[in-house]
Amino acid sequence: MMSGQGQDAKFFQRGKIQEFRQELQAAETKDKKYTKRKTILKKIVANITMGNDMSPLFVDVVQCLGTPLLEIKKMVYLFLINYGRAKADSIHMIIPNFLQDCNDRNPLIRALAIRTMSYIPIPVVIENLTEQLRHHLKDRDPYVRKTAAICVAKLYAADPRKAERGGFVELLRDLLVDSNATVVANAVAALSEISDRQDGVLFKLNLPVANKLIAALGESSEWGQIYILDALLRYVPETHADAELIGERISVQLQHANSAVVLTTIKVLLYLMNYMESRKLIEHICKRMGPPLVTLLSSGPEVQYVALRNILLIIQRRPTVLKNDVKVFFCKYNDPIYVKLAKLEIMYRLANEENVKEVLAELEEYASEVDIDFVRKAVRSIGRITIKVEGAADACIRSLLGLIETKVTYVVQEAIIVIKDIFRRYPGKYEGIIPKLCENLDALDEPESKASMIWIIGQFANRIDNADELMDDLTYNFLDEPTEVQFALVTAAVKLFVYKSSSDSVKALVHKVLKWTTEEIDNPDLRDRGFMYWRLLAINPTPAITTDADRMDRGALDQLLLHTGTLGSIYHKNPETFIRGAAGKALVDSPALNPMSRQVLVPIQREAPPSGPIVVPGPGPIEPGAASIPSPLPMNTSKPAPPLPPESVGTGGLLEGEGSAGDEDEDEDEDPAAARLASASDPYASMDAAFGEYTADAPQPSTVTQGAELLF
Amino acid sequence: MCSSAFSSEMLRPFFPMTRPSSTGKAFFIFNQKGELLISRLYRPDVRRPIADVFRIQVISSSDVRSPIVTLGSTSFFHVRVNNVYVVAVTKNNANAALVFEFCYRVISICKSYFGKVDEECVKNNFVLIYELIDEINDFGYPQNSEIDTLKSYITTESVVSSQIVAEESSKITTQATGVTSWRRADVKYKKNEAFVDVVETVNLSMSTVLRADVDGHIQMRAYLSGTPECKFGLNDKLVIDKSERGAIDAVELDDCRFHQCVRLNEFDSNRTISFIPPDGEFELMTYRATSNVKLPLRVIPTVNEIGTTHVTYLIVVKTNFGNKLSATNVVLRIPTPLNTTSVDCKVQTGKAKYVPEENVVVWKIPRIQGGQELTFNAAAQLTSTTTRQVWARPPIDVDFQVLMFTASGLIVRFLKVFEKSNYHSIKWVRYLTKASGTYQIRFILHGHFGVADEGGK
Repeated sequence: MMSGQGQDAKFFQRGKIQEFRQELQAAETKDKKYTKRKTILKKIVANITMGNDMSPLFVDVVQCLGTPLLEIKKMVYLFLINYGRAKADSIHMIIPNFLQDCNDRNPLIRALAIRTMSYIPIPVVIENLTEQLRHHLKDRDPYVRKTAAICVAKLYAADPRKAERGGFVELLRDLLVDSNATVVANAVAALSEISDRQDGVLFKLNLPVANKLIAALGESSEWGQIYILDALLRYVPETHADAELIGERISVQLQHANSAVVLTTIKVLLYLMNYMESRKLIEHICKRMGPPLVTLLSSGPEVQYVALRNILLIIQRRPTVLKNDVKVFFCKYNDPIYVKLAKLEIMYRLANEENVKEVLAELEEYASEVDIDFVRKAVRSIGRITIKVEGAADACIRSLLGLIETKVTYVVQEAIIVIKDIFRRYPGKYEGIIPKLCENLDALDEPESKASMIWIIGQFANRIDNADELMDDLTYNFLDEPTEVQFALVTAAVKLFVYKSSSDSVKALVHKVLKWTTEEIDNPDLRDRGFMYWRLLAINPTPAITTDADRMDRGALDQLLLHTGTLGSIYHKNPETFIRGAAGKALVDSPALNPMSRQVLVPIQREAPPSGPIVVPGPGPIEPGAASIPSPLPMNTSKPAPPLPPESVGTGGLLEGEGSAGDEDEDEDEDPAAARLASASDPYASMDAAFGEYTADAPQPSTVTQGAELLF
Repeated sequence: MCSSAFSSEMLRPFFPMTRPSSTGKAFFIFNQKGELLISRLYRPDVRRPIADVFRIQVISSSDVRSPIVTLGSTSFFHVRVNNVYVVAVTKNNANAALVFEFCYRVISICKSYFGKVDEECVKNNFVLIYELIDEINDFGYPQNSEIDTLKSYITTESVVSSQIVAEESSKITTQATGVTSWRRADVKYKKNEAFVDVVETVNLSMSTVLRADVDGHIQMRAYLSGTPECKFGLNDKLVIDKSERGAIDAVELDDCRFHQCVRLNEFDSNRTISFIPPDGEFELMTYRATSNVKLPLRVIPTVNEIGTTHVTYLIVVKTNFGNKLSATNVVLRIPTPLNTTSVDCKVQTGKAKYVPEENVVVWKIPRIQGGQELTFNAAAQLTSTTTRQVWARPPIDVDFQVLMFTASGLIVRFLKVFEKSNYHSIKWVRYLTKASGTYQIRFILHGHFGVADEGGK
C-alpha cells in the first residue's frame, strides 16, 4: 500500500512578500532540479491558504512557468486561480502559456489548461478560452470533452450572453448524445446549472433523450449517475406507460453503494409515481424503496440525518414505504443528538395500535437520558401518541404520571403541556389525575407549561375543590407574568367565575384580574380580550382535538418531495423560501398526471425572497398573534386549481402530482376540497404540527440578522 | 491470511456542503482551532471571509446540533474526522446526500494516500491534496474519484510535464472516463489471488425490547491480472416483500448495496453478482439483515441498589457459538453512578478496572472460548448526597470480535474468476463478526432499600 507521507507541514509559516521574492529570484540560478522553486512555491501556497495576500508576487510566480515540472505548473495555476481576478491587468502575460497548454499533446495538460482558464473570469482570459473551448468540446479525448463541458457552465456563469452567442449551449446539447457516459453526465450537469439560473436557457427532456440518458446510467460514474437522475425531473411523462417504464428502469439504482445515488433515485421514483396509473406497480416500487432507505441508516451520521429528514417527508406521502419498520428508528444510546431528534419524529409518525407498546417503552427509556431537548421531545412524543393512538391512551397516561413522579422539572413541565392536550382529546376520561398535576404547580417556571396548567385549572374548575385558592396564588404576580401566561390567567379566571359565580372570593378574583387586564396591560390583544370577557363572561365549549391536522397538505408534500435529498428536504421548506435566487419547482401538468395530484397542485410561488436580510419564518403553526403573515397562495377553494400556464413553469420547470384518484388507498380518504380549505392560507401550516409549538429542535435555516449575506 | 483487512473500520466523521448536484461554492479543511489547512473557492461570489463565518458559527460554538448550518442562503456542511473538519459551502438547494458522500470520499482518498487523516497529515501533504481536489471536483461537481485511477496519475513524485508520453496519458484519460473507470487494463500478477472478507457488525439494543440487526460488509482484495470477470455467490435471499419469507438454508437479507463495479441490471434480473473488480482492496457490497440474528455473546446483568450507599453488580457473559471458535478482544464497559467513590471488582478471567473519569468499570477479556461462561461481581461505593442525583443509566456496552462466524448466517458459496488468458486463481474467504460501540444492554436498577442482600459487600 502506498502511503507516502509528505513533510510539508513546516511550510505553514507566515512569510513576507519581500523574502519570497528574493528567494524566487535567487532560485533562478543553481536550481537544476527545481527543488528550490518547488519549496518556495509550497510556502506561497501555504500562505495563500492561511489568508496571507500573496498577489504582489504575481510576476515572480508566473516566471516559474518556465520550468518543466508539472507540480510547479499546478501550483502556479492554483496561484492564478486565487489571484487572477485581482491582477486583471497583468494576466495577459500568461495567455501564451495557457494557449500552449491548450494545444499540448497530452490530454491531461489540455484539460488542466481549460479548467484553470475557466476559473479566471476576466475578459482577456474568457476571450481566449472561448476560442479554444469550441475545439475542446469536440476533442478526441473524452477526458478533455468532459472537462470542457463543465467549462461551459463556468463560461456561462462569467458571461451568459457571450456563451449563448458563441453557440456553446448547442454544443453542450450535442454532448448529451456523446459516446462516452462521463461526458454525457457532465454535459447534463452543466446544462442543468445553466437552466437553473433565472436568466438561463430552458432545459427540458423529451422521451428519446430521457431514454438515452438512462442508457448512459450504467456506464456513468456514481456522480454522473446523480447528475443524470436529477435531470430526469425535467422530463414530463405524457402517458402512464412512459412513467411506469422509466420508473422500472431506474429502480435498479436503489442498490447502489452511494447514498446520494439512492436518494436521488428515490426522488425520481416519487416524482414519476405522480404520472403512473398501475397501483400494483406503485405499491411494488414503494415496497422496494423501504429497505434502501433503512440501509442509509448504516451510513455516517450526517447521511443518516439527511435520510431521516427525508423519510419523515416520504412516509407522510407514501405511508406504505416503511409501514412495519418502526423498530429500526429506535435511538441508539450513542447516536448524535441530531440523529436522535430526527428519529423521534419518525417514531411518532409510525406509531400505531400494533407497535405502540414497544414505542412507548422506548420513549420512557429516552425520558431518563441527559440531553434536555431530547428528553422533552420524548415526553412530548408520548403525549402526541396518546392523542393519536386511542388504544394506548391508558398506558401513555400511566407513563406520563410516572414521569411526573420523577420531579425532574423539565420533564414535569413537558408532561403537563401534553396532558392539557390529552384532556381535550378524551374529555371526561382522565380528569381524575388533576390532583396529581396540581401538586406540581410550584415546579412550573416556563410560560408554556404554566399556561397549560392554568388552562387545566380553569377548564375543570368545577372539579377542583380549591381552584379558587390555586388561582389566587397564580395571579399573585399577574402583572409580571409573560403574556402567554396572562392570557391563560384571564381566561381561566373567567371560567372559574362561571362555575362558581356565587363565591365572593371568586368574584373578587375575576374583578381584580379583569381590572388589571383592561387598565394596566399594554398588550392590545390582551386588553381587548379583557374587555370582551368583561362583557361576555361566558364559556365557549372547547373543540376536541385530533392529530388529523398534523400531516402536511398533500399538494405541499408533492412539491417538497421534488426536493428529496436536498437542503429543502431537510428543513421541510421549499428552497425558494430560504435561498435567494433559488428556483421553485412544481409538478408539471400532462395528460398522465394523476387527477388528484392536479387538483392539489401547488403552483410555483413567484415571489422572490426579500432582497434585504432574509428572514425565514420558523416552522409550526402560525400563532394567533402573528396573523399578519401574508397568505402565499391566492387559492380558490371552490374549484380545482387550473393547470399551470406554461410560463409559470419558468426556468427550472418542474413538476408534481400523483396517480389517478383510484390509487388513493394509501392516503386516508381525504376530501381534497376540504384539505385545501383547511390549508388555504398556508399549505405548509400543518407541516410540523406534531411538534408544532415546540420549535427548539426543528432544524431550520438561521435567520440572518444583520446583513451577513453581504459578507460573502 | 493477513489481518490488515480488519483495520479498515468505517470512518465515522461527525459533520457536512450546497446547485442541486454540486458540492457548492467552496471546499475547506479546518483544524480544531478554526485555521484553514485547505481552501478552495469555486465561485466568484464566494470569498474567503466565509471561512471565518464557519469558524465562528461552528468550530467556536459549544453547541452545534446539526451537521448542516444554514445562515441566510449559505449552508455549511461539515464532517469531522479526528482533529479536522471537512467542510463544503453552498448557496443553493444542494443535494445534501451528495455533499456528504463527497466529504466522505475526500476522507477515504486521503486515508488511502496517506494512511490517516488528521491535521498533521493534511499539512504534510497539502499540495498533493490541492491537486487531488482539483481533480475530483470541478466547479463543485464531483468527478471521477476512483482511488486506483487517481493513484496512476496523481503522485508524490516529481513529473516533468514534457516527458509524459501522450499515449500513457491517453490510457489514463480513457480509464478515468471509461466504463470501468475503477481499473487499469495492464494489471499483472505472478500469482493470481483474491481475498474475500465478510465482516459483520452486530447492533444490539437489549432492554424490555430486543433489537438486533447486522450490518455486513464484504471487503475484497483482488490481485488478479488483466480484466477478470468475476461472479460471486452467496446463500442469500433478498427479502423485498416480507411475505416472501421462508426459504430453507438461505439467509434473509433485508437489503444490499453494491460497489460501482457490480452490474445492477444483472442483479436485478437474476440475482447474480457479476463485476470486473478494481485492483486491490475495495468494498464489494454491504448488506443488512434483521431476521434470525445469532448473537455471539449473551450478557445477563443484575444490578441492585442497596440503600443510597451501594450499587452491586452481577454480570454473566455466555457464549453462543461452537467450542472451536472464540471471541477475542472482549471489552465490557459497565456504567457506574455519577457519585461513585470506588468500585470493588471480582473477576476470574480478564481484568476489571474502575475508570472514574468516564463513570464506568472496564472489564477486558482477551479471549473467551466457545461454551465458556464468565461472571463479574462488583460493588460500587457511593458518596451520600442530600439530593438524589438522577442517573441516566447508560447501557452496558460490549466490544468483541469472533473469527469465522457470521451473525447473519451468511456464507460465500463461490467466487468464480474468468479471464481471457484463462489463468488459475486462488480464492480465500474469511468471516468476522464484531461489535464496537454497537452492542448495548440496558439494565434495570433494582431497589433494595435498607436490606443488605447477599450481593452487598
